[in-house]
Formats: sequence, C-alpha cells, structure tokens
Amino acid sequence: MGLTGIQIMQKLPKTNCGDCGFPTCLAFAMKVAAGQVEIDKCPHVDPAVKEEIAEASAPPIRTVVLGSGEHQVKLGGETVLFRHEKRFENPTAVGVRVATDMAEEEVSRRLSAFKRCRWERVGVQLEPQMVAVEDAGSGKEAFVSLVKRVREELPEAVLVLMSGDPEALSGACDLCGEHRPLLYAATLDNFKELGELAKEKKAALAVKGENLGETARISEELLKMGLKDLVLDTGAQSVRELYEDQVIVRRAAIKKRFKPFGFPTITFPYRYARDFLSEAILAAVLIPKYAGAVVLSDFRPDVLFPLFVERMNIFTDPQKPLVVEEGIYPINGPDENSPVLITCNFALTYFIVSGEVEGSRVPSWLLIKDTEGLSVLTAWAAGKFGADTIAEFVKKCGIAEKVKHRKLIIPGYLAGIKGELEDELPDWEIVIGPREASGLPAFLKEWKAA
Amino acid sequence: LPEDLYKDPGTAYIREVEIGKGAKAFKVGGTNVLPFHLFEGEMRHPPRIAMEVLDVKPEDWPESLTKYFAEVLGDPAAWAKKCVEVYGAEAVCVYLLGTDPNYLNLDAKHAREVVEKVASAVEVPLIIWGAGHAEKDVEVLREVAEVVGDRGAVIGPVEEANHRTLGATAMGYGLPVVASSPIDVNLAKQLNILLENVGVSLDKILMDPSIGALGYGLEYTYSVMERIRLAALYAQDDKLQVPFVCNVGREVWKTKEAGLPSDETLGDQEIRGILMEAITSVALALAGGDLFIMRHPKAIELTKTIISGLMQQS
Ligand code: B12
Ligand code: SF4
Repeated sequence: MGLTGIQIMQKLPKTNCGDCGFPTCLAFAMKVAAGQVEIDKCPHVDPAVKEEIAEASAPPIRTVVLGSGEHQVKLGGETVLFRHEKRFENPTAVGVRVATDMAEEEVSRRLSAFKRCRWERVGVQLEPQMVAVEDAGSGKEAFVSLVKRVREELPEAVLVLMSGDPEALSGACDLCGEHRPLLYAATLDNFKELGELAKEKKAALAVKGENLGETARISEELLKMGLKDLVLDTGAQSVRELYEDQVIVRRAAIKKRFKPFGFPTITFPYRYARDFLSEAILAAVLIPKYAGAVVLSDFRPDVLFPLFVERMNIFTDPQKPLVVEEGIYPINGPDENSPVLITCNFALTYFIVSGEVEGSRVPSWLLIKDTEGLSVLTAWAAGKFGADTIAEFVKKCGIAEKVKHRKLIIPGYLAGIKGELEDELPDWEIVIGPREASGLPAFLKEWKAA
Repeated sequence: LPEDLYKDPGTAYIREVEIGKGAKAFKVGGTNVLPFHLFEGEMRHPPRIAMEVLDVKPEDWPESLTKYFAEVLGDPAAWAKKCVEVYGAEAVCVYLLGTDPNYLNLDAKHAREVVEKVASAVEVPLIIWGAGHAEKDVEVLREVAEVVGDRGAVIGPVEEANHRTLGATAMGYGLPVVASSPIDVNLAKQLNILLENVGVSLDKILMDPSIGALGYGLEYTYSVMERIRLAALYAQDDKLQVPFVCNVGREVWKTKEAGLPSDETLGDQEIRGILMEAITSVALALAGGDLFIMRHPKAIELTKTIISGLMQQS
C-alpha cells in the first residue's frame, strides 16, 4: 500500500537530524511506510510533500472522525478485506434513530436506552456511539430543538443530522459547535449546496445515491469540490443489495483504490426489516461485513449486548490474544484457609472465571498461569497447561506460603490430568472443579462448608 | 460501474454433498464465490439448518429453551417429530450425549434404539452426532450405521484418532461424515486427506471446524473458516473444497449469558439467547458455513429470514 520506505526517504530533508525521534531519515521513513508513525513527526518536511505522503500512505478507506474531545468516534480507516490479514481497525459505530415526529416518551425511552446499554466485558467497554436525529418534516424549529436536547442529554453521542432542509442542517450544525456531526445526506439534486455547507461547518457529509453508480458519481463530484470526509449510503433497495454493496464498496476501495468508494459506509437496517429482531440480525451481518456505521430504530439491552459482543469479537486483533499477567490473584480478601483455583492467562477465561469467583463472595486465591493467551483446553492441547507445567508453576509461584491447606481446584475440563498432577505435586490434593465457570459460585460455597 | 472494479469470483467450486436420501434430501455446497456474493457467481444451495435432539433429557438447558420442547424432552422420537411438524425442521441432528463415557456412558444398544425410533418418526435427513469420544464413538456409530444405512444419514464426528474405523463404517453404508478438527486450516485439510486415503470421497465429507460461540472464541472460528474458504476457492486447494457444518446450538446454550435471568441490565433472557444463537450462526454463514445445527426455534427462524434475504433473486 502507498509509498515504500525508500520512496518516502527521497522526499525527506535527509539531514538525519534526529528531531523525529529516529536516528536517520531512512529509519523514520520505514516506520512511516509501515504506518506506525505519522509523517507529521518530522518538523522539517515541506508541507506539500507532507500532504503527498500522507495521502499516499493513508488507508484506502478514509478515517472519518466525528464528535470532539474525549467523545470522538472514528469510522473507516480499514485496510483489508479479511480480518486475518491484519485486523479491522475501527469498530462499526452503532447508533439509534430519533425523529421529530416521535412522541416525547418514545424519544426519551431511546435516549435513556442509549445511556443504559453499556457493559464491560473482558476488560473492554461495550457501548453505543451515535444518535441519528431525523427531521420528519416538522420544520426547522422542531429539528433544531431535538438536536439541542440530544446534545444536552447525551454529550458523548456523535450525531447524524438527517434532514432534506439545508437551513435546518445549518442551524443544527451551529448548535453542535466543535462537536463534529455527520450531515445526511448529499444527493444528486443537492450535493453542491450540502457540499458547501459541510465545508463551511467543517462537518462530515454523507452521500446518498439511488444506487452504487450514482453514489460513486456524487462522491466523485464532492471530492472535486475538495470535500474529504464523506460517508456512503449506497441506496440499496433490499437486504441482498445492501450486503452486496458493502462488499463491492470495500473491494473496489481496497483492491482497486477506487477513490469515490474510499470511505466508510452508513447503513439503516430498519429500512429493510419487518420487526426489530430482523433488523438486529441484519445488523449482525453488517458488522462483520464492512459497515462503518449502523443506525437502529431502537435500542434494547437484550439485543444490543449480543451485537456489541459480535462487534468486539470481529474487531479484536487476530494476531495477539488478550492476556493477563501470570501470578496469584486474591479475590474477595482471601486468607490462609481460602480455596485455591488455577486457570490460564487468556483474558477471556480470566475475566469469566474471576467474575464468577467474585460473584460467589467466597474469598479465594486464583492462580493464573501464563499459557501465552490460550484457553484452558487449547493450552492443554498445545502442551502449555499440562500436569508438568502446572506443577512447576504451583511450586514456584509461592501459593504454598499463603495457605495452610493443600487443595488445588482445577478446571473441570482438565479432569483427565488429576492423577498425573497428583504425582507431580505429591503434597497437594487435586480437586476437580465444575466444567463451566458458571458452576463456580455453588461449588465454592460448598468448598467452604467442607 | 465497471465490473472489473469489484468482481473477483472464485476459480473453483465447493463440492456438493447430499444430505439424506429420497424426497426430503437436500444438498449443501456447490458455490464458486464467498458467501452470498451473488453478484459474481452462484450458490446452488442456501445454507441449511438442522434442529438438535438429544438422546437423553437435557439437564442444563435454560427454561427459555426447554419450554419449546417441554413435553417431548426425554423422548427423542416425539422430540424429532415436533421439530419437523411444529417448527418445520429440514433435518434433525441426534446428539448421542448420553453415550459419553464421562457422562452417562450409555451403551451402543441405547444409541441404536434412539436412532431407530427417530428414524421411523421423521422423514427428514438425519445427522447422528456421537459424544465426541474417539473410541466410544466408533462402537456407537457402527451400531447406528446399521440402522440408518438404508435411509441415509450423516454420521460423525470423525477425528484423526478414529478416521480409519469410522471412515470404513461410513463407506460401508455410503454415508457422508462430519470430519471434526480443532479450528486449524492445516488440520482440517489433513483430516480430509486421511479420509480420502482410506477411501472416503470428498463428496461425502462435511468439515466441522469446531466452533466457538459468540463471545467464546467465535472470532477464531470465523477467521479459520474464511481462510479455508479462500484457499478452496482462490488457491485451488482441492482438499478444502468441502462444505462446512457448524454445531452452534450446544456452544451457545452453555454460555453464561444465555442462562442469566432477565433483568434490567441484560434485558430479556430469551431474546438475548435467541440473538446469541442466531448471530453465531449468521456470522459463521458469512465465513462459509453451509449446514448449521441449532436449538431454539426462534433463533432458527431468524437465521432463515436473513439467509433468504441475502439470497433473494433480484
Ligand atoms: C478458540 C479456540 C482456539 C484458538 C485459540 C483461542 C485461545 N486464545 O485460546 C486457536 C485457533 C488459536 C486454537 C488453537 C488450537 N486449538 Co483450540 N479451540 C478453540 C475453541 C473454539 C474455543 C476455546 C475458547 O476460547 N473457549 C472459551 C474459554 C473461556 O474457555 P476456557 O478457557 O475453557 O474456560 C472455560 C472453562 O474451562 C471454565 N474454567 C476456566 N478456568 C477454570 C478454572 C477453574 C478452577 C474452573 C473450575 C473452571 C474453569 O470456565 C470457562 C468458561 O466457562 C475450542 C472449542 C470449543 N468450542 O470450546 C477449541 C479447542 C479448545 N482447541 C483444541 C485444539 C486441539 C487446538 C490446537 C492444539 C489445534 C492445533 N494442533 O493446532 C491448537 C493449539 C494452539 C497452539 N498455539 O498450538 C481442542 C482441544 C481438544 C481437547 N479436548 O483437548 C478444542 C476443544 C477443539 C476440539 N473440539 O477439538 N484453538
Ligand atoms: S526529523 Fe526529519 S530530517 Fe530529521 S532525521 Fe527525522 S526525518 Fe530526517
């Protein structure tokens, strides 16, 4: 992608002054080419060259930044078609729609759902990002005041401002101030006017064509006008078309560097669905398959939670599993009589197991063995969580000094290694725990009684 | 829009594997493109869903799932019948959980009886899924194959450890097999090669990549399946040109979140579980899944709705 390190080096001052933090211009250039450092870090490079290099080394799907301050959301920035090739960069932004023709309590319900639908899982924050405010033809006043309300109640939400009336959009933009919104949408009829408006207000601009071809055409015109931050709605008419459009846009941008499609997309699953669950399952297709943003008609925790978990799964880095550090983790204030459990250092496993132990309220010692981020059975199968390595760890970690008893609880899935582990750890009694961590609270309560 | 801007169909086809025999039989596979890329090629058959029936009464299913089968749990034949007649199942997977030596260790005779009853209760294709214990499965599936030999059924899981014996059994009756390997491109390929070496044709293999549920390793399976499918379609890796079977229900319904009660924080238990199962299947369908084994009738309905949406003739 883009320029090579050597090509970039040719354009640098070649003084090897070191102000960029690298010993030589070449070293710096290599990092820029690899996308690990911004060209801005060299204070001496010619602005025109800077522009050129930034352009060439930019991801084929532009990163569009919305919002402000700590409440920024990035859309796009993607460089691959498949997550195993690199990783997907910016998780699909999920938003909820409110409109000027909605009853007051319908709006309130959505805004409060926006606040409530957030969870932490495996140390990752799961939360919504956007509110799409739609002008349903009730006039500029109504639109602007709804935008004002959303801004006040949900300062963290980035906004999609949806209106056919440039006046209304302009008014709403002024209200947003620094908080950069996405204006929806430039069509074949109004793109000049909206393009100018977006430029003036420094807002991002959505493009909505009747189909892919028209979307490309409008996008191209706006590029010519000098707009940089576009978001695409391809105007799909059916579920199938919507999916195919996502694939086509992403492919053309990444494989052919087709500029008009080099932007994140925005999608509205409710336009294609009969009910909320069908809408949600369509969103579940759009998250892995390339939507930059998904706007839902409503928010419910039982629906958003699974969708957010899917998004987290798809957007994790496939090259490095999340890990926690090896060691002894005291939970609920354990003492010398508290149970000792052992598990692996795969973050997912750790969070599930420690969550259950914590929930049990039983003071416990949780031993975490480094398994290079592999789950219990995966690590066992890979030879990183067998009797020999577990025994070695138990001996050296120092748990023997912390407890008087010698009972070690192992995961139920490792029942098969009990005998072997007892041979390796003759002082210890090996207790087989439940298979699923959800069985731990009941199990630990009994352990205590015993 | 010029077509060369975005069209890039595969250069090979995934084989078609016939599931079942007779009027209710169907095929899976037969595509030359990535899932639902219908703008550049064809999917001769949509992904299909089999409903799962257990040989013994399930102990740990949440009520949000058991309520659909309340009066038939523990009676596999009635259970299978209900799946077909009430929930429109196109295939039934009998999971012989009770034969697991680490669980009830029921014998092959039990398995045979269960399968016999189910086979006479429904006409749709059957998948007979052993306990996943390499040795015991050989014993059990041999017995079962005798019963389903004529009507046809997919049997499995066949692993590297028992591929010779189970491969021979399957060939003896002309049955397709589920070839299970732990989420790895090379291991999946190797098992297919091993099976071919003992005489099982690739037209009789469904690959089971060992799936992880939503939130429990889904992303690993997703990417391994994508890589296998890319190798099959674009790199002429003919040993991988085989459809996938994904055993989704059991992975999803054992997760904590599917079992947590309804509350303010996570909403309705049943809706949450339905979506977890449907999303797992849909994500894996996008990665290449051809045949899914699922449990909740509404999750199945939802999955079917989106599949038909994605495959709609334009
Ligand atoms: C995702 C996955 C992978 C990922 C790795 C993910 C990771 N970071 O570990 C990848 C693709 C890399 C992988 C690779 C392999 N895998 Co793998 N993998 C899986 C899969 C699909 C899910 C594992 C997972 O993430 N589970 C979720 C976590 C949270 O589960 P967990 O750690 O077990 O924790 C649960 C319980 O054990 C319990 N628990 C945990 N700790 C404790 C502690 C106590 C005290 C108690 C009481 C309970 C408890 O609570 C947790 C939640 O309930 C499983 C199949 C499956 N569906 O389970 C196969 C599986 C684990 N893999 C398997 C194998 C064989 C392998 C490989 C060896 C294959 C190979 N040769 O290449 C490799 C080894 C890796 C290596 N580097 O060499 C086999 C293991 C077979 C066996 N029975 O031993 C499995 C079961 C698949 C199968 N059916 O064959 N794998
Ligand atoms: S700051 Fe610029 S000129 Fe100085 S070494 Fe770095 S790249 Fe070269």
